[in-house]
Amino acid sequence: MSTATDPRPPDQRLTSSGRARFADPLFRWFVTLSGTVVLVILVLMVLRTTQDAWPIFQSEGFFGFLFGPEWSAGFSRNEITGTYGAWPFVYGTLVTAGIAIVIALPLALAVAFYISKIAQKRLRNGLSYSVEMLAAIPSVIFGLWGLLWFLPNVLRPVFVALESWFGWFFLFEGPVFGVSYLAAGIVLAIMILPIMTAIIREVIAAHPLDHQQAAYALGATRFEVMSRVILPASFSGVVGGTMLGLGRALGETIAVLMLIGGSQRAGTSLLFAGDSMAAHIAATFQDASPEAIRGLMAIGVALFIVTMIVNVLARLLVWRLGRVTGDAAV
Amino acid sequence: MTTTRDRETPAPGGRPPPARPGLRERSDRTRRRSGRNGVMTGVLTAAMVIAVIPLVLIVVEVARRGLAVIDFGFFTQPEPPWRREGGGYVAGFVGTAYIMAMAIAMAIPMGIATAVYLVEYGRGRLATAIRFFTDVMTGIPSIFVGLFVYGLFVVGWGQLQFGTFVASIAIAIMMLPIVTRSAEEMLKLVPDELRNGSFALGAGKLQTVSRIVLPAAAPGLTTGSMLAIARGAGETAPLLLTALGSQLLVLDFQGSAQSALPLQLYRGANQPFAPGIERAWGAALCLFGLVLLLTVLARWIGSRSPQMMSR
Repeated sequence: MSTATDPRPPDQRLTSSGRARFADPLFRWFVTLSGTVVLVILVLMVLRTTQDAWPIFQSEGFFGFLFGPEWSAGFSRNEITGTYGAWPFVYGTLVTAGIAIVIALPLALAVAFYISKIAQKRLRNGLSYSVEMLAAIPSVIFGLWGLLWFLPNVLRPVFVALESWFGWFFLFEGPVFGVSYLAAGIVLAIMILPIMTAIIREVIAAHPLDHQQAAYALGATRFEVMSRVILPASFSGVVGGTMLGLGRALGETIAVLMLIGGSQRAGTSLLFAGDSMAAHIAATFQDASPEAIRGLMAIGVALFIVTMIVNVLARLLVWRLGRVTGDAAV
Repeated sequence: MTTTRDRETPAPGGRPPPARPGLRERSDRTRRRSGRNGVMTGVLTAAMVIAVIPLVLIVVEVARRGLAVIDFGFFTQPEPPWRREGGGYVAGFVGTAYIMAMAIAMAIPMGIATAVYLVEYGRGRLATAIRFFTDVMTGIPSIFVGLFVYGLFVVGWGQLQFGTFVASIAIAIMMLPIVTRSAEEMLKLVPDELRNGSFALGAGKLQTVSRIVLPAAAPGLTTGSMLAIARGAGETAPLLLTALGSQLLVLDFQGSAQSALPLQLYRGANQPFAPGIERAWGAALCLFGLVLLLTVLARWIGSRSPQMMSR
């Protein structure tokens, strides 16, 4: 109670001196500023690339650009002389991403359910570790392995068999080149598996345990609990995870570039070589004329818009579940 | 079992009693359901095995082909023309180290500062927007980041030409959202009691964050940063448009085309001569080893820290 004898609070000690008074506001400004950098970068990205691509969109029209069947870049420095129809690349992007999703979604669902509900505790960590490790492998290694080992040793024989059995069907028409939409799509499926699995696992983990136990108490089998209780309740999360995977698949460059073959034919068969938007940018960038660079920028803008829409929708779908989604395999 | 059996045997001298299912007897429907459960368990197990196979195949093949190439010279010599044997990827190693050093210096402080903003100050629309677009940014195609940096710095407003610095900007943009996201999660895990205790002792915001919050979250921040570095080191597509590539050692800060490990690996794999392809496998092993080391180390640090989420 010695303080009672001294009525004045030691206010001198509480006011901060010189430097410290500015430290906190300055710090606040600094961190706010670095936070807004993300937004600035995004805005700059959109502005800069759209500005570069504008003449192309002007001469072709946005939809004319997207759906135009012919791409022949001109060699001019400051005017647009070529024809810029990006449909062969848009088509390739959609087809490869579609193949990837068709293969990866059931696999990711199965793996996520297996790891969270079936695997023994001892196995669980190792299994999820090994699936997440796939996400850590650089895409150029997927490309190298896919092109030089997986394609000649596994995929090509499968393609030949597909062609000989189902060659009458337009999707598997020959001849077999090896590098093809299907090859790129299959390797893409391996690449997007981790992020889809990670998100579906989080969605499963978020499902209330008492609902599952109630179902078991009613006599449901494990598979019924998974397919009729957890899956319907996690539907939006599964869709969100799938769309995040789709976003990855649409934007993936190097592995697709090495496996798709670089042809602008846009044929219907999955065994034909093709080209995707990202792959075409990477493949032709080095020898591109200033005019062709504008064309590539336009492809980039279109790709950005598509992936942005897919990503925003996906994030909105999974945001409701809390924000941690997918961190295991960013 | 015995009870059901007993009931099925006809009683001596009379007609069998009407079949009434016993408690342990299973109807056809139940048997079908449990059969399907068994089949689906098998299917899921098979899918799990299928999902692990690619990893095994990649590891085995990269290790087998890579080990055959790597020797001391691989790390110290520049690459000869593709059709010639020997030589190494020193240009790629130095280039990647150079680019990554600068990218780390840009992305990690900025990412952590952003996370500090989001956790310590972030309320209202701006914070929500930053959070949301950081999430969205993790999904931006890497080639588009390359195009943007090319348009902005290489030829556009910057006129900087190709080079190390421009490449590191592109890689930093790829790393930034990863650092921010993981750092935010880690800072959120620091209990508020620590912050309140620090404020109660009279510390300001800056002192609290720099002396209490960041040290407490340090292992988690390290984990997130290392994962981001692993991701950045393997990026190829943005480098194609910003570093351009070189087979010789480049030490310029900016202005001449720089090499990088993934870039050289890509070029080596995409040409027809066997020696060049062999070297590409060697580079793949080095890159894979680096990424694996960073990832495993990051997870190890993360799992040892009590702050880490119990994922």
